[in-house]
Amino acid sequence: MDKKLVIPGEFLSDDVNLADEGTYVEEGKVFSSVFGIASLKNHIRVVPLSGKYIPRPGDMIIGIITEVSFSNWIVDIRSPYEGLLHISEFPRRIENTEMSKYLNVGDAIITLVTDVDPSMKVELTLNDQRLRQIKEGRIIDVTPSKVPRLIGRSGSMIAMLKNETNCNIFIGQNGRVWITGKDKDLELAVKAVLKIEKESHVSGLTDRLTRFLKEEKGKKEKEPEKEREDKEGTTAEEQKEENIEPAEEEKQPEQKAEEEKSGGILDELLGDEK
Amino acid sequence: MSKPEKLIENGIRLDGRKPDEIRPIKIKVGVLNRADGSCYFEFGGNKVIAAVYGPREVHPRHQQKSTSAVVRYRYNMASFSVEERKRPGPDRRSIEVSKVSREALEPVIFEEYFPRSAIDIFVEVLQADAGTRTAGINAASIALADAGIPMKSLVSACAVGKVDDTLVLDLNKDEDNYGQADMPIAMTPDGKITLLQMDGHLTRDEFKEGLEMAKSGCMAISEMQKAALLEKYSGQIGGDAVE
Repeated sequence: MDKKLVIPGEFLSDDVNLADEGTYVEEGKVFSSVFGIASLKNHIRVVPLSGKYIPRPGDMIIGIITEVSFSNWIVDIRSPYEGLLHISEFPRRIENTEMSKYLNVGDAIITLVTDVDPSMKVELTLNDQRLRQIKEGRIIDVTPSKVPRLIGRSGSMIAMLKNETNCNIFIGQNGRVWITGKDKDLELAVKAVLKIEKESHVSGLTDRLTRFLKEEKGKKEKEPEKEREDKEGTTAEEQKEENIEPAEEEKQPEQKAEEEKSGGILDELLGDEK
Repeated sequence: MSKPEKLIENGIRLDGRKPDEIRPIKIKVGVLNRADGSCYFEFGGNKVIAAVYGPREVHPRHQQKSTSAVVRYRYNMASFSVEERKRPGPDRRSIEVSKVSREALEPVIFEEYFPRSAIDIFVEVLQADAGTRTAGINAASIALADAGIPMKSLVSACAVGKVDDTLVLDLNKDEDNYGQADMPIAMTPDGKITLLQMDGHLTRDEFKEGLEMAKSGCMAISEMQKAALLEKYSGQIGGDAVE
């Protein structure tokens, strides 16, 4: 078996060149540095079973505004370090005095980490098509190291989950998961995500989850299912990142029409004003 | 309790152990939901609970180090942990124990991975029966691993001492109170010593022999720590796990 549970300090290999994340090298040997699951094929890496999110440039994450300062929003990114969203990284030019009109304390955003300097100053941006404020649905927290598991091999897990629950799910690299859908569906999706988190280290998870979802659905069979647009089979990475768009499509028709008229993220962010 | 006449009789100690035997240990990992990592540890009559938070933001700010994490360790005895009520709050002894315990764990933590952050370790002694600092270190090291903090290895701790001119491993309350020496030791599984204190007197040879005894004690504890951690996730792993 190429996977095993290891504790810090456990000997993994003699080949220093294979050492990857979650390991350290001492006297020409590779040891585990965390308590987690070691995979020994190709590269030796250990995925910790718990731990905090450490921001890296390029990560798409979900943040929550904690403070509005002179020209920055300070964002909680579920990490030891706070994120800084500068006013110039907002998709539109706005005045310092008006910042809290657009994003106020407690608002959730999908944001991108642009830079992390050695002193762990984390810079964020909203200047991207995929980034925007979150105004509906639910956000739940999972362990950041379990995010890859939740997405599944090339997105298989998340694609399955979306299909089965009729919800839209966005997974931030910092372990915040945003789910939108009808109340009943949402409940099921939340349950499923939490189940994945709890059992992520046990093999055969996908099968067990499929069964779990079937059972849960069986319970409420009588409820009429409304027709929905079928999810297109985009690949994992795309789906992970693009699922903001499908989220839009599933909204109520009148809302959708309105959006089409005004068009784009900008108006949505400014929506409160009108 | 007054001093017993003999602490060792026919090579058997008051609690029925042989001189080189440690007390029974019970470990539970992940007992606190709010903490990032936690551990309940029983070491004979000692009952301690360790909680680890972090890495997290440092408060007060001036304590933070720009290139590494600060490790803070708080050892605290509950007022009901000893026969005579202990006055709550930090005192000279617990401040000392906190300091040496922190220094026993710092060498194995990769502090430089988390600049400007804090790793907080809290150890609460619920019941004390000699050797609470070693029990605390054992518990804290498991709680650190449970919190997913990168470490070189676990740390195990155990005391040796001298009673009735005999070296004994892992002293109990009477042996601690009426013995001739008490020497707590913490080390990594590869034998690097991170804590060594001594109260009382030992000859050079006794010290050397005691160190070997402590080493075997620590190794035994280390195995139990590992087993406890693995037990938390004892379900089968592998299969379709993703990179």
